[in-house]
Amino acid sequence: MKNRKLVLLFALLLSLGMLLAACGGGADDEDTNDEGSTGNDATNEEEAEDFSAAMVTDVGGVDDKSFNQSAWEGLNAWGEEHGLSQGNGFDYAQSDDVSDYIPNLNRLIRDDYNLIFGIGFELQESIEEVAKQNSDKHFALVDDVVEVPNAVSILFKEHQGSFLAGVAAAQKTTTNKLGFVGGVDSPLINKFEVGFIAGAKSVNPDIEVDVQYAESFADSSKGKMIASDMYNDGVDIIYHASGATGNGVFNEARDLKNSDPDRDIWVIGVDRDQYEEGEIGDHNVTLTSMVKRVDVAVQDVTNLAMNGDFPGGETLEFGLEDNAIDIATTNEDAMNQEIIDSVNEWEEKILNGDVDIPKTHDELDTFLESL
Amino acid sequence: MTSNNKFLSLLIPVISVILGLIAGAIIMLFSGYNPIDGYLALWRGAFGDAFTIGETIRRITPLILTGLAVAFAFRTGLFNIGAEGQVIVGWLAAVWVGLAVDAPMIIHLPLAVLAGGIAGGIWGFVPGLLKAKIGVHEVIVTIMMNYIALFITNEIIRSVLTDHATKTDRIPETASLSSEWLQTLTFYSRLHYGILIALFAAAVMWFLIQRTTIGYELKAVGFNQHASKYAGMNVSKNIILSMVIAGGFAGLAGAMEGLGTYGNISVMSGFTNLGFDGIAVALLGANNAFGVVLAAILFGVLKEGAGEMPTGAGVPTELVDIIIALIIFFVASSYIIRWVILRFKKEGK
Repeated sequence: MKNRKLVLLFALLLSLGMLLAACGGGADDEDTNDEGSTGNDATNEEEAEDFSAAMVTDVGGVDDKSFNQSAWEGLNAWGEEHGLSQGNGFDYAQSDDVSDYIPNLNRLIRDDYNLIFGIGFELQESIEEVAKQNSDKHFALVDDVVEVPNAVSILFKEHQGSFLAGVAAAQKTTTNKLGFVGGVDSPLINKFEVGFIAGAKSVNPDIEVDVQYAESFADSSKGKMIASDMYNDGVDIIYHASGATGNGVFNEARDLKNSDPDRDIWVIGVDRDQYEEGEIGDHNVTLTSMVKRVDVAVQDVTNLAMNGDFPGGETLEFGLEDNAIDIATTNEDAMNQEIIDSVNEWEEKILNGDVDIPKTHDELDTFLESL
Repeated sequence: MTSNNKFLSLLIPVISVILGLIAGAIIMLFSGYNPIDGYLALWRGAFGDAFTIGETIRRITPLILTGLAVAFAFRTGLFNIGAEGQVIVGWLAAVWVGLAVDAPMIIHLPLAVLAGGIAGGIWGFVPGLLKAKIGVHEVIVTIMMNYIALFITNEIIRSVLTDHATKTDRIPETASLSSEWLQTLTFYSRLHYGILIALFAAAVMWFLIQRTTIGYELKAVGFNQHASKYAGMNVSKNIILSMVIAGGFAGLAGAMEGLGTYGNISVMSGFTNLGFDGIAVALLGANNAFGVVLAAILFGVLKEGAGEMPTGAGVPTELVDIIIALIIFFVASSYIIRWVILRFKKEGK
């Protein structure tokens, strides 16, 4: 008997510990999720005629403080606009690894969502396959092109925003050495890299840019390591386009700033305004962020689909002219008027078509030769 | 005594799983979710309809093979953490052969599957050789080999197989394990014939370990290297052989993914986790071929079903991960369970 009690006690203690750990992670779901299970099935039948939308994250997860989170915020904003709540009109399915994409998409199809977003180019094949099999449903893919009549491709002109980030960094740097941390070496992230280099070198051709790829969008320890190397090498501004890996870059910058508040080091955030990520005491290491309004695009496309104007088979490209690409100016101490003016000046030039921003390494080479 | 032992080794994993599920239920209860709804969603997610059953089997396939890879090496006293890397190179090699070779199916498919196995075997050979000849611990080498596999594979995809794209073309039908018949049967799941290969591999492992002299020697080395050496066995040869065969199993798992599930290989932004899950599968399956199959089924069901819990019952993904981790925890602490059972028996007498 004694033993049984001991085991029970042990199990209870263990579960309690785990519970405490769980609370931290699940906190943001609590308010919306209360009676998710009972609510879900019932409402699906009720709202059969109504419109519902859902998204599948890539491996970064919905709280990556970056890309997926931005998309989820867009879906939330859409839900709020129409008085819906999570699990009741809109929802998300999180992918822990690549093999989850197809099951997650099919799960949402079975739950009868009208429009399903795939967030990130990693879902390209999965969306294409699933869209072909379910021609009665609408799909949208962010960041890559699918050529299926019932799916829309949402692209962003990241090279424009990255160019402006490069301009801002070139004005701010004192060492003339900049860093770029990419997620996975791929045509998409190359667009960020190339735009950034082009922007920086347009201002000052002598600037060096150290480019590193972490080969992951979810490995923040790798991001921290790369950032540490770069800052050691005299880089003073790092632009990251690496999803949750970038959290490590911020972490390293904050650590350095914390131990030596006089040191001028900066991080340029990506996708969302990452001002909060840079806060350390009275300082903030976030110089600016290349804001990619995935939320705006998600909200727009969802509304289009709801009103029956779904742009199936088309490729929508969002850029500066749609206010879907932006440079954050939240950190007023760091982004002084001089930098903002310069950024605005280049923005004018881009909008007028005076600069042709490169998107690939080859285009970058010709661009740099023409400087 | 032996029958008693067998019964115990069967009972302990079962109790571990039940304890894990109970602990998971308690956590769900405390966090304000209904555990019955949660587990029902888990069940639906794994067996709800033909599609999910197909996907569950698909997920089980590579887990059987990586489980075997870890279990086989463990029988020789080696801890193969490198199944992950072996999976990746197996995947790459299988797809590479699938793309590069042009042959009728009867040659092409076995060739591609074999290529995966051989690549995995080579990846197991290196740590085996280092362990046998200069005594470098296989855990360290295999971990390093995982990273080497991941980054080399990504580079080969970018620079050799494609022109700086993130994924290769699809392999031709002649090298594909997927079958339209199985797919329509299961409502377009990605179920493929690989499951037969996986089950066959499990039978091969059982036969090798239990019925051949090679297996006897491998086991003997696992029990006591010095005694085996004294008995005239070639310890280094057996260590290398064990790692090569183990790597071959994991390489086949990669081939299943490349030829069956995905039909191509893409630049990986991280490990597949198939190899790491294989460690847990082997542990739960008591390093025994039959046990590994059962454990892989359990893992596949849990992993596939878990996806339904957030959307079906509102249980957050993090909680699902914790529940799965708890089950592994209880399996790993099987010693405690064994101790408790034995104590009860003594008291009963």
